[in-house]
Amino acid sequence: MTAKPDLSVVIAGIRMKNPVVLASGTCGYGPEYADLIDFNALGAITIKGLLSEPWMGNPPPRLVETPAGLLNAIGLQNPGVDAFIADYLPMLRRYDLPVIVNIWGRTMQEYGEVAARFNDVEGVHALELNISCPNIKAGGMEFGTDPKVAAEVIGLVRKRTRLPLIPKLSPTVHSIALFARVAEESGADAISLINSVPAMVIDIERRRPVLSNGMGGLTGPAIRPIAVRLVWQASRAVKIPVIGMGGISCGRDALEFIIAGASAVAVGTANFLDPGTALRVVAEIEDYLRRHGLASVRELVGTLQFKQGS
Amino acid sequence: MRLIEEATIVEHAEFTAGYRRLVFQAPRIAALAAPGQFVHMRIPELSPEALRRPFSIYQSHAPYLHVIYKPVGRGTQAMMHAPPGETYNLIGPLGRGFPVAPDGPPPVFVAGGYGVAPLSFLAERLPRRGVAFIGGRTAQDILCVEDFASRGWDVRVTTEDGSRGERGRVTESFDRWVAARKDAGPAELFACGPEGLMRALGERTATLGWQAWVSLDRPMGCGIGACLACVQHVRDDGGKVAWARCCTEGPVFDAKDLVWDGVAP
Ligand SMILES: Cc1cc2nc3c(=O)[nH]c(=O)nc-3n(C[C@H](O)[C@H](O)[C@H](O)COP(=O)(O)O)c2cc1C
Ligand code: FES
Repeated sequence: MTAKPDLSVVIAGIRMKNPVVLASGTCGYGPEYADLIDFNALGAITIKGLLSEPWMGNPPPRLVETPAGLLNAIGLQNPGVDAFIADYLPMLRRYDLPVIVNIWGRTMQEYGEVAARFNDVEGVHALELNISCPNIKAGGMEFGTDPKVAAEVIGLVRKRTRLPLIPKLSPTVHSIALFARVAEESGADAISLINSVPAMVIDIERRRPVLSNGMGGLTGPAIRPIAVRLVWQASRAVKIPVIGMGGISCGRDALEFIIAGASAVAVGTANFLDPGTALRVVAEIEDYLRRHGLASVRELVGTLQFKQGS
Repeated sequence: MRLIEEATIVEHAEFTAGYRRLVFQAPRIAALAAPGQFVHMRIPELSPEALRRPFSIYQSHAPYLHVIYKPVGRGTQAMMHAPPGETYNLIGPLGRGFPVAPDGPPPVFVAGGYGVAPLSFLAERLPRRGVAFIGGRTAQDILCVEDFASRGWDVRVTTEDGSRGERGRVTESFDRWVAARKDAGPAELFACGPEGLMRALGERTATLGWQAWVSLDRPMGCGIGACLACVQHVRDDGGKVAWARCCTEGPVFDAKDLVWDGVAP
């Protein structure tokens, strides 16, 4: 097999050169990484969660290292939609790089308003709907852990946006298959998972949580097996494509997700350790396809050789 | 300009009792480094999942880049036995350092512990001389005195236990000196050390009406402005309180921009 394997995928109508995306909140708004890695060689970038107005997030400490991962409670600090469009989007438009914008709201209406704001904006290819952030009280996770509420917010945003819609699912639900189906039936074009896992670290000398927010979201290799299981269950429940993430730091990790059923993958925490991770993952996926004589990465999606007994 | 470089350790030994110095061959980062900036270091002795650690730059003479550290945490203890010849992956130089202006009011340096390292680098690049207050808990925590003395600085050492220099806190020594010089006009402060010290100096220089530059040390994730872990309250141009990232807008800040409420010292 000498032909170059085809890495391209189409997710929610977005054409990507390869299935490797930068995860929301780990690559800022673009310029933070643009001089360190080749943006034109990525599958897509996902912008950190945006609200209708600037949002301060949580006080520090916001981050603590954990075994094979980290716990964060940034609290969705962001400059607001308008500042993103004015200050960051023009720079992102210069690249041949699909831009997925992660959005959230404090109320159902606000989700809709933030989404609608992008209808006449050039250079945004899809919206990722964050209904799974563990780090804020209003908004985020409370929209993603009740199927009725999730259906309502996804349905409302669906009506307000012309862009492809990718709800981002919470890992802390009893049945991920149920939420995947709810998303599909409410008009989602794809789903992404997982967001960080609610967790806590305690300073035993002070008998206080290490993070100012008390709890935070666990990410990194520590959560990968949880994420692989959830992606496997979610992808079997729906026809829309799945973007899988959680602890990916090399091609092998990404391939687990793809074999489990993800059509694309996202790299988050590993960007902090090595900004070149996503591009290395691309190269290692290509290498795997070559070794296995596969013409396209699409042939590999959901090919897990396992049938669960009924 | 910042970049990622595979740096080779060329020297790694005790610096003074309890502290170690790492010298890297890092020609590209060393050529760009300025006082007050840092490198974000991947420590191969830790597990591959471990976060990078930020280290302020002690000296930079391309191709060589020096850092000083005290093996106290998991990362610095793991580094202790890294042999010459090994490579470390560095991102740098990062952050905004101290301004290096040829002219200006007399410079006053205040260092706490190994916060002295970037000030030594600054003394080498700053064409002005002045007074350097160097404080620490014990004589062991007083580093780099010669770096200043040999360049003609007036060095005032304080230790909390009195084992070297004056006994007491570095701020007490600073206060006495300020009181004695009375009408000598404003000076310019450059400081690096524990957060409590930076805050105390910020308050004093605000009263004195001095220009003051203080360097903050924060736990970091990415080190390059993306994760928003390392934030500090500042007053923006419009007077509104906003977050600044210590890795990007800092670690060196104009002390009058800093807002300390709500942040544990
Ligand atoms: C510092 C940090 C900030 C994050 N911010 C967001 C965010 O704003 N919106 C969101 O949907 N997910 C956010 N995430 C979650 C990631 O996008 C991703 O789902 C999660 O980190 C799992 O992937 P990983 O293990 O590769 O990091 C954040 C994660 C981290 C570590
Ligand atoms: S350490 Fe990530 S923004 Fe400063």
